[in-house]
Amino acid sequence: MAKEVKFLQGNEAVCEGALYAGCTFYAGYPITPSTEVAEILAARLPKVGGRFVQMEDEIAAMAATLGGSIAGRKSLTATSGPGMSLKMENLGYGYLTEVPCVIVNVMRGGPSTGLPTGPGQSDIMQAKWGTHGDHPAVALTPSTVQEQLEETVRAFNISEKYRIPVILLTDEIIGHMREAVNMPEPGDLEVVDRKRPTCDPKDYLPYKPEADGVAPMADFGSGYRYHITGLNHLEDGFPSNDGKLAQADEIRQEKKITDHYDEIVVVDEMDTDDAEILVFAFGSTARSAKEAIKMARAEGIKVGLFRPLTIWPFPDKHLQKYKNKVKRIIVPEMNLGMAILEVKRVMEGTVPSIEGINQIDSEPITTITILNKIKEGK
Amino acid sequence: MAYDYAKYLRAGKIPHIWCPGCGYGIIMKSIIRAVDGLGMNKDDLVFTSGIGCASRLPGYIDANTLHTTHGRSLGFATGVKMAKPELNVIALGGDGDMTAIGGNHFIHACRRNIDITCLVFNNYIYGMTGGQYSPTTPKAARATTSPYGNSDNQFDIAQLAIGAGASFVARSTTYHAVPMEKLIKQAIEHKGFSVVEIIAGCPTGYGRKNKLASPAGMIEWQKANSVNKVQWDKMTAEEQAGKFPIGVLHQEEKPEFIEAYDANVGLS
Repeated sequence: MAKEVKFLQGNEAVCEGALYAGCTFYAGYPITPSTEVAEILAARLPKVGGRFVQMEDEIAAMAATLGGSIAGRKSLTATSGPGMSLKMENLGYGYLTEVPCVIVNVMRGGPSTGLPTGPGQSDIMQAKWGTHGDHPAVALTPSTVQEQLEETVRAFNISEKYRIPVILLTDEIIGHMREAVNMPEPGDLEVVDRKRPTCDPKDYLPYKPEADGVAPMADFGSGYRYHITGLNHLEDGFPSNDGKLAQADEIRQEKKITDHYDEIVVVDEMDTDDAEILVFAFGSTARSAKEAIKMARAEGIKVGLFRPLTIWPFPDKHLQKYKNKVKRIIVPEMNLGMAILEVKRVMEGTVPSIEGINQIDSEPITTITILNKIKEGK
Repeated sequence: MAYDYAKYLRAGKIPHIWCPGCGYGIIMKSIIRAVDGLGMNKDDLVFTSGIGCASRLPGYIDANTLHTTHGRSLGFATGVKMAKPELNVIALGGDGDMTAIGGNHFIHACRRNIDITCLVFNNYIYGMTGGQYSPTTPKAARATTSPYGNSDNQFDIAQLAIGAGASFVARSTTYHAVPMEKLIKQAIEHKGFSVVEIIAGCPTGYGRKNKLASPAGMIEWQKANSVNKVQWDKMTAEEQAGKFPIGVLHQEEKPEFIEAYDANVGLS
């Protein structure tokens, strides 16, 4: 039977993905260009027994999102630009206390109020390093409206499976564009729910990891009375000043993500088998890159696309395959050079030339710009 | 027979972190007697807090306890309550936590009238960081950051809550341990956002710098300067000067946020 096809806006597709994943709570604050996510979920959530609240600011929105998850609901918030900066405090709390949730960041120009209605990709480093302290991070970078839906589901799955806030790092172009989307039916996409404890409540240790590095998480009000704190804590959840134990726990948290690289990191590689030039592109920029590569291939240039759908953890392992193989890597991104720093870290000394295309003028990086760059080295 | 607090305390978590002479132990005991007196099920009881001396309280209580970030306990509490309205949620924090860094969340929770009980421990100082002036530090009072006396104006927390729309507002002191327990009970039983401001002494952070170093002296000060609301209303402005009213200061019936939301969106 033919699947239902809908013509959706990117932000709308995020909502469809969230509902598919079983999200029943949204706390947010209006901000361009993410506001449609709030508007649509305000209308849709009650129809699935969910609730929506517009909080007094982004800080409270992040707090309420975590609170909703702690009480057992899959929870979402969406924001952009300055809103994402404000989320950082409680996002850090979410990392340390290992509370699953999804944060959509529809990237715009910045810093500060910046260029609120245009696209940007300048939050790549913020998604990893934005809050203080050491912590693992997961951020996904869809390029199409279909992927907005599917990657939102995947973001929830990763967050639930590994007890971690996951950032869907999209941008204004994909957030606001409209494309045909094949609507998944129940069962088409995997939906993961967090592990919950089955032990006797008196034996429950909320931070005692199982073999996968992740501890089962009890909902508040489910009979497992326990303590959650943003202080470094022991397996029983209570604070400890023991630096050695704090270090061991933070390393364990880092490893619960790095040990599952193969399950978390997804990269789309196109025309890379014989490639002498690699274009590393993500989000909306990857759309222009894809077209540029097709045009270059038509001219006989051996160029391929490396398109991470997971930008954090950085796709080191996938990228390393091209060490001492490609002659150039081109990294187009709507910032002054962020992802390229990571590409250089991974590929240092193994690729003769790693070049950026950087643009922060609120305009997309065009196919022609990327094609010209590809041809430059000829 | 002496009241048995142990049934609501977590084994092995006492001694608490509070200084000798701190009023917060008195408040904790009143809270325990209040929730016990209401026969509340510990599984359905949630405490959220921010950062500071007061905010360490939930760690000692055998319930669902959430020690959050500075000033943000009401944001977390709102999420918990909306996800599971059947839970009894008590959000607490100190004067700095709730009315400085958390001031925006405080007034909006009042306005929203969500069914959360908010306990504000007011000791007029930032205690955990060693005695800096807070939004409630009296004018001219000494703090480590007001070595020449405080130039800043004071918040009246209860008035702030009333002005912002809380539907139950009360004030008590650590001298009034038994009336405090009753006010906390009333606040919990009230449907809507309820605030109880509790005046407490901080001999270490506030008293020593302001010639009030004795814990007993600070409690005596609370006794001498607090006036029952009924009496307060009969006093002239001159008589009220330097004193503050205690008891239920404001109570009204108005639609609770989640009930109103559920009715609006067709969930109820």
